[in-house]
Amino acid sequence: MTPLLAIQDYRLAFDGFDGTAHVLDGIDLQLRAGDTLGVVGESGCGKSVLARSLLRLNPSPPARVVSGQIRFEAEDVLAMPPARLRALRGRRIAMIFQDPASHLNPLLSIGTQMEDAIRGQDSATGRSRPRHAARAHAAALLSAVGLGDAPRLLASHPHQLSGGMRQRVLIAMALAGDPALLVADEPTTALDVTVQAQVLALIAELVRARGLTLMLISHDLGVIAAACARTVVMYAGNIVEDAPTAALLARPLHPYTKGLLAAVPELDRPDIRPRGIPGGIPSLRAPPPGCRFHPRCDRATALCAAEKPALREAIPGRTVACHHAEA
Amino acid sequence: MDRRLTAYLLRRVALAGVMLFGLVCMTFVIANVAPNDPAALAAGPDAGRSQIEQARRDYGLDRPLPEQFWRYVSGLARGELGRSIATGRSVGQDLARYFPATLELCLLAMLIGLSVGVPLGVLSALMKDRWVDHLTRIFAVSGIALPPFWFGLLLQLTFATALGWLPTSGRLSVMTEPPDPITGLLLTDALLRGQWGVFGEGLSYILLPAIVLSFPCLASILRVNRAEMVEALRADYVMSAQAHGVNPWRIVCVHALRNAMLPTLAIIGLRWGWMMSSTVLVETVFDWPGIGLYAVSSAIAGDFKPVMGVTLIIGLNFMAANLIVDLLYGVLDPRLREG
Amino acid sequence: MGRKFRLALWLLSRSFASMLGIALVVSIVTLALIGPWIVPYPDHVAGGIDLANKLQPPSAAHWFGTDEVGLDILTRVIIGARVSLLVGVAITLSAAAIGVPLGILAGLLGGPVREAIMRLTDLFLSVPGLVLAIALVAALGAGIVNAMIALILVWWPGYVRLAESKALSIRSEPYIEAARVAGASTARILWRHVLPNSLSPLIVKMSMDIGQAILAVASLGFLGLGARPPTPEWGAMISIARGYLPEWWWYAIFPGAFIYAAVLGFNLLGDGLRDILDPKSNRG
Repeated sequence: MTPLLAIQDYRLAFDGFDGTAHVLDGIDLQLRAGDTLGVVGESGCGKSVLARSLLRLNPSPPARVVSGQIRFEAEDVLAMPPARLRALRGRRIAMIFQDPASHLNPLLSIGTQMEDAIRGQDSATGRSRPRHAARAHAAALLSAVGLGDAPRLLASHPHQLSGGMRQRVLIAMALAGDPALLVADEPTTALDVTVQAQVLALIAELVRARGLTLMLISHDLGVIAAACARTVVMYAGNIVEDAPTAALLARPLHPYTKGLLAAVPELDRPDIRPRGIPGGIPSLRAPPPGCRFHPRCDRATALCAAEKPALREAIPGRTVACHHAEA
Repeated sequence: MDRRLTAYLLRRVALAGVMLFGLVCMTFVIANVAPNDPAALAAGPDAGRSQIEQARRDYGLDRPLPEQFWRYVSGLARGELGRSIATGRSVGQDLARYFPATLELCLLAMLIGLSVGVPLGVLSALMKDRWVDHLTRIFAVSGIALPPFWFGLLLQLTFATALGWLPTSGRLSVMTEPPDPITGLLLTDALLRGQWGVFGEGLSYILLPAIVLSFPCLASILRVNRAEMVEALRADYVMSAQAHGVNPWRIVCVHALRNAMLPTLAIIGLRWGWMMSSTVLVETVFDWPGIGLYAVSSAIAGDFKPVMGVTLIIGLNFMAANLIVDLLYGVLDPRLREG
Repeated sequence: MGRKFRLALWLLSRSFASMLGIALVVSIVTLALIGPWIVPYPDHVAGGIDLANKLQPPSAAHWFGTDEVGLDILTRVIIGARVSLLVGVAITLSAAAIGVPLGILAGLLGGPVREAIMRLTDLFLSVPGLVLAIALVAALGAGIVNAMIALILVWWPGYVRLAESKALSIRSEPYIEAARVAGASTARILWRHVLPNSLSPLIVKMSMDIGQAILAVASLGFLGLGARPPTPEWGAMISIARGYLPEWWWYAIFPGAFIYAAVLGFNLLGDGLRDILDPKSNRG
């Protein structure tokens, strides 16, 4: 069976005055229909850039595709003409973002923005529906994300809504085209803790009820554990580990994943102090040679500085990019 | 209208009132620091000492300054701006006669500025750092750098003298009977009266001065709109609209442009006043019978009251334009409506 | 060289518009500096009459032709660069010298002092500069000195606004608080922190304003309210030349082209500098 999404050796660079930043450095990733995948990593590791790449949303320039392929339903996203790209955006792959406040247009009513999304989907598929029908559809979408009183909500402007409501509106808009894949880029980070759980539950529920494939980007392993069956760990533009979430949490293989897990405070074990990873994320303009993690790794050897480790299957169903990760 | 919007509007109007009073004070101060003796001016060039003293008493110039100020202000409140030495009419009458011509010229120039400046701004934002963008940038800076009087002369030489397409100067041929005034704006009146021939002729006369007058304004609008569009196109809400598959035209023309138009609006408010003040140059070049030409000919003759009248009118326009822009902001930006 | 400086140079050299601005400004300044020694007819500088040669079209002897009394227009235009540049720089510097201290004072002191200064500033800014300048010249009498005084009087408020907003924003910066707590005097804070931080927008504004002041002086000259002939001022030359259009077109064309080049140069330079030094400021 062809995978829903297949990314092969995808390299993306950002050109700037100080040189070229190699933000994504050979990403290999496959997603089957129905997968729920979490992408975890520190800020700056390229996970948001990767998410935006699926819809070609990285502004170019400065972004430049160096090599690789992104295939969605066997079609090359990077080679799509504008019309195909529009039919992809929202209808086949939908996306929600970190900061719902800045991702809604402050001057347009919720109704206008939702109608624009719905009508955009319609025109991409050659359908047309009158404005009142689009409005009715918008109201239905709002109730699907648990927002009542649609007429009032559609007439209001973003600044009148709470953060959680805004994120729900954005989720409703993402559902407008009935997409196959939902990409959620840190959807709960900007929200209050109590609202975070609700929004996360909503996403999980929508994924289950609508049979969506999910790619959830987060720096928070807890968030990913709650919604995703599979997790990939990113470090400095590379995928370093790819495993079922439960297995990853129980037994991390990559030294970076281990460090990441050790840095999470455990509420029920206050006697264990969370440990950070020594050092900082490397410059992407002049990344360390070989394994990009080796300067911070306590198991690094000469091999690590010389040769970049490939993703290899260490245990059936789990891959890891480390010279020293034993099965 | 909700209460907060009303309060916002009232505050703006009150502020404009205070500024207006300040403007009145300033014109009075300027008039009284003049080293020229206003009484001597009023009495005329051949007047003897006794006639000057007579004029001083007639015009109340022998009274203490506070009293003169009071008379000035109360006169203004009754619409009295003094008398023009050159035309012999009251300045108020002169302004009423000349202002519509200037207003017509400025309205058309603003229309040109907006209808060319905004699309060009959008275009060069979309083509950022490409050659179109570089060209519009030089064009925009040129618009501010071109001396209006010289640019006007160039256009006259090209389109009137060399090509003979358009008339050189004036508002209408002396042979043509202007339409009976309804609004005072010649083009509008001709339209309302159905006089197509007069409309066409009026348009041919107003075109060159309007283009010259529009240039700095067009350039400003273009630059602000470009900068704001570049910013808006980079905004998160544009990215999410793209991700949701919104029609790209609609993203540019509605989602981004609406946000870019707010600062553009502020520039339009500023530019309206500046445009009125550059009518002193453009109307001089094109012999356009408006308040600019009136102010210049009066200033050269040392006739002070008309200059003050024009200063007041233009200041008033400037404030009114900024007030209208503030009000429009309140209407267009939902965040302001609720504080 | 510091990284910031190299970045600035890189950005400047990448922009064609900025390079054009620099080239124009350098040319005008050079002309103004060495003008008296390179003009073809030095005795035409102060005026004079050579009616045998009046209104000659451009030729090898008179590149830009001659005017109505037979003076070489190229000579007068080159000397005009000296007049315009001097007047433009003088107006801008004087306006800054009045406006900047007032603005910093208003921003740092706050309270009633600030209120008074800023309201006065608003008042001056409530009338477009050119009209106010004409009113002032009408009151003071026409002439190049009075035109300069009038333009300085309408120009300073812009610098108050700029300096005040800078001082205000810097005043609330944590490092100023820290300096204050550490016992630094107001004068020291001004010298060490506020001035260096206001420098970028100030340089940008002054560059733009020199261009605009040159244009304003030329405008008043054109209207007959500024420099009077035989002063070789560009605007005044066009004012006379207008009477000789369209037959003797060169008389008006060349002085105008020089105004345009000078104003364009300073504006492009200011624009380029702004993109580099002060990218966040608004663009008017």
